[in-house]
Amino acid sequence: MKMELGQLQPAHNMARPLAIDARGLVKRFEGTLAVDGVDLAVPEGAIYGILGPNGAGKTTTLRMLIGIIDPDTGTRRVLGHDRPQEIARQIGYLPEERGLYPSMKAVEAIAFMGALRGVPLAQGRRRGRELLERHGLGHAADRQIRQLSKGMAPTVQLLGTLVHRPRLVVFDEPFSGLDALNQGKLEELIRNLAAEGTTVIFSTHVIAHAERLCEGIAIIAGGKVPFAGSVDVARDRIAPQVRLETRAADGPWRSALPADARSASRAGGSTFWHFSLPDGGIEQLLRRLIEGEAGILSLSIERAGLHDAFVAIAGEAAARALSRTNDGEDA
Amino acid sequence: MSADRLSHLQAAWVIARRDFAAVLFSRAFFFFLLGPLFPLVVGAMAGGIGQKVASEANQSDIGVVMAPADSKAMLAAYRELAPRLGTTLPRLVEMELPGDVADAEQFLRERRGQAAAIVTGTPATPVLTGPPEAIGNWRGPLSLVAASAASTDKPSYPEIATVAVATSAAKERAGRILTAQAGQMLLFLLTMLLAGMVLSNLVEEKGNKIIEVLAAAIPLDALFMGKLFAMLGVSIVGIAVWGSVGGTLTALGSGALPSLPEPGVGWPLFFVLGVIYFAMAYLLLGSIFLAIGSLANTVREVQTLSMPVTMAQLMVFFFASYALSQPDSWVGFAADVFPLSSPFAMLALAAQSERLAPHALALAWQALWVYLFVRAGAALFRRRVMKSGPARTSRARGIFSDLLRKTRRAAG
Repeated sequence: MKMELGQLQPAHNMARPLAIDARGLVKRFEGTLAVDGVDLAVPEGAIYGILGPNGAGKTTTLRMLIGIIDPDTGTRRVLGHDRPQEIARQIGYLPEERGLYPSMKAVEAIAFMGALRGVPLAQGRRRGRELLERHGLGHAADRQIRQLSKGMAPTVQLLGTLVHRPRLVVFDEPFSGLDALNQGKLEELIRNLAAEGTTVIFSTHVIAHAERLCEGIAIIAGGKVPFAGSVDVARDRIAPQVRLETRAADGPWRSALPADARSASRAGGSTFWHFSLPDGGIEQLLRRLIEGEAGILSLSIERAGLHDAFVAIAGEAAARALSRTNDGEDA
Repeated sequence: MSADRLSHLQAAWVIARRDFAAVLFSRAFFFFLLGPLFPLVVGAMAGGIGQKVASEANQSDIGVVMAPADSKAMLAAYRELAPRLGTTLPRLVEMELPGDVADAEQFLRERRGQAAAIVTGTPATPVLTGPPEAIGNWRGPLSLVAASAASTDKPSYPEIATVAVATSAAKERAGRILTAQAGQMLLFLLTMLLAGMVLSNLVEEKGNKIIEVLAAAIPLDALFMGKLFAMLGVSIVGIAVWGSVGGTLTALGSGALPSLPEPGVGWPLFFVLGVIYFAMAYLLLGSIFLAIGSLANTVREVQTLSMPVTMAQLMVFFFASYALSQPDSWVGFAADVFPLSSPFAMLALAAQSERLAPHALALAWQALWVYLFVRAGAALFRRRVMKSGPARTSRARGIFSDLLRKTRRAAG
């Protein structure tokens, strides 16, 4: 199945109303095309990932979706509204560059972020304390932000993003800068939000997060979205991979293997073969291997991972850029 | 207002409340309150030293070198006339020329002694020797002294009866101009002292990277407005503190503040208009400074901007001051209409005229320009700053960084 650039392919339940419906978003900065015709369809209650390397247009896309900047052309409807800032109370946003006022107490910072979204200060403080308690930071409620550890301050900002109980939460690279423990906690939080009916959309350059969490993804590279749909559909863009181990290294049976088969010898004398699952299935191939006395030792058929799908969809260059982004963060 | 977002006013209030509290309860505010103390102390010290130097420099005598009887007569006549002559003539002192000096001219040319000039001859034919500008000023009063000394009939000096008139049109006009100048000067000093604070206001948000959180939640012009009003509130607290301290010290001290003629609209209304025009001048200049400052990324860039901004403030003040003396000319009209000079010009008008209607019109006009400046600043900020993610932001940092880079490149 071949898909046109930016074509929508929501594999989710089509009956669900869309929390985000963006079509043909284009944004230029001083003549440079940052986002080039992005389409997105995010159902309500979904966890949706925007996957791409740095500079692909993820942040600009998210900023357009929540109304920080307006697209040059294209339309976006967010929770049924054309002007996202008009429904700021229903949206929570965590930018990639985290920041809070250093002299504010943690609970005051959360209350202030709530106040920006219409929550009265007293109520914001109460909810802030509850959220901090629930996430194991109750003891830090009255500490200034500058006194918190590097792991605690981002959590406070994250809780500030949720204090007004938004219907849609937008996270820009939420896992960036978090250690493995906190990444796990954040994944759990995102799942809980979705379970409560909140729509979560986040950008990431880490395929594993998108693969584990997302019901739908948009792959973005060079400002374009070559794929938007479910993770399963993305993985199905590549034929499953067959892993075959034979006792014999060669023989007449070998002509039965698909053209893309690659071999690797093992110290024990057996040979491993890798190739895409043939269109006609595995049965016919197996029969010919048995008849040709290839000596089958093991056989497995593996579905393609999202990384392979990303390479196939976005291209090698985008995949390399994604790896560089990840390496840069690891460093 | 939509129920799904804060109105502009509500959003501005949230920002203003946070900023106001953050500034007011910071250590920096204490130093801010002490700010005017430093120029006052330095000014008082400089004034005291200057006065001492000046009084020492001005302490000059005229030496009288005459026959003993003539000298005595000259000094007696001087003592009698001194109260009527005031400061027009320095003190006369009797002196003798040293033996190695031929005359007064040689004595002064050789810079000997402390006398600024020397009078020789007789009371009937006095000769004044001294620097040209001094002898020009002193020859008239000295001739009166000499005439009195030479005369055997001492003249009587009649008491002059006086009739005081409360005021005259000329005096009232001159007095009100003085009040207008004083009002403009105070307004300028306060505006210059306080409006510059907003230059660095958004640097904190950009440094803390909280700006995107704010921009996502509320309209940027509400953010700008909130920040402006927060700093206006801080300024008014500062002025109230300074005013209270100054007033208390004056009441406890001599109470010798210079009394100014009553302004055209009367003191209470003049005071109220002064506060309102300060707020307008602050908001107008502040909105421009906020927009300029918002495009700077670092405190260093803000400091670079401070000088041209201060010069611009001075130009506005000079323009309004110049227009003060010609209220009915096109210059006066231009000063009233030009948004940045309007508060200064209108405060001067309040001092000079009883009319109130122009103030209502001017305040509406100034408020409109505050709104326009804030909108334009917010639009510029949105266009220049909110352009992309962190990776790009570091490359395209703002027009001031660009300018600095280009200037450095041009400098080689």
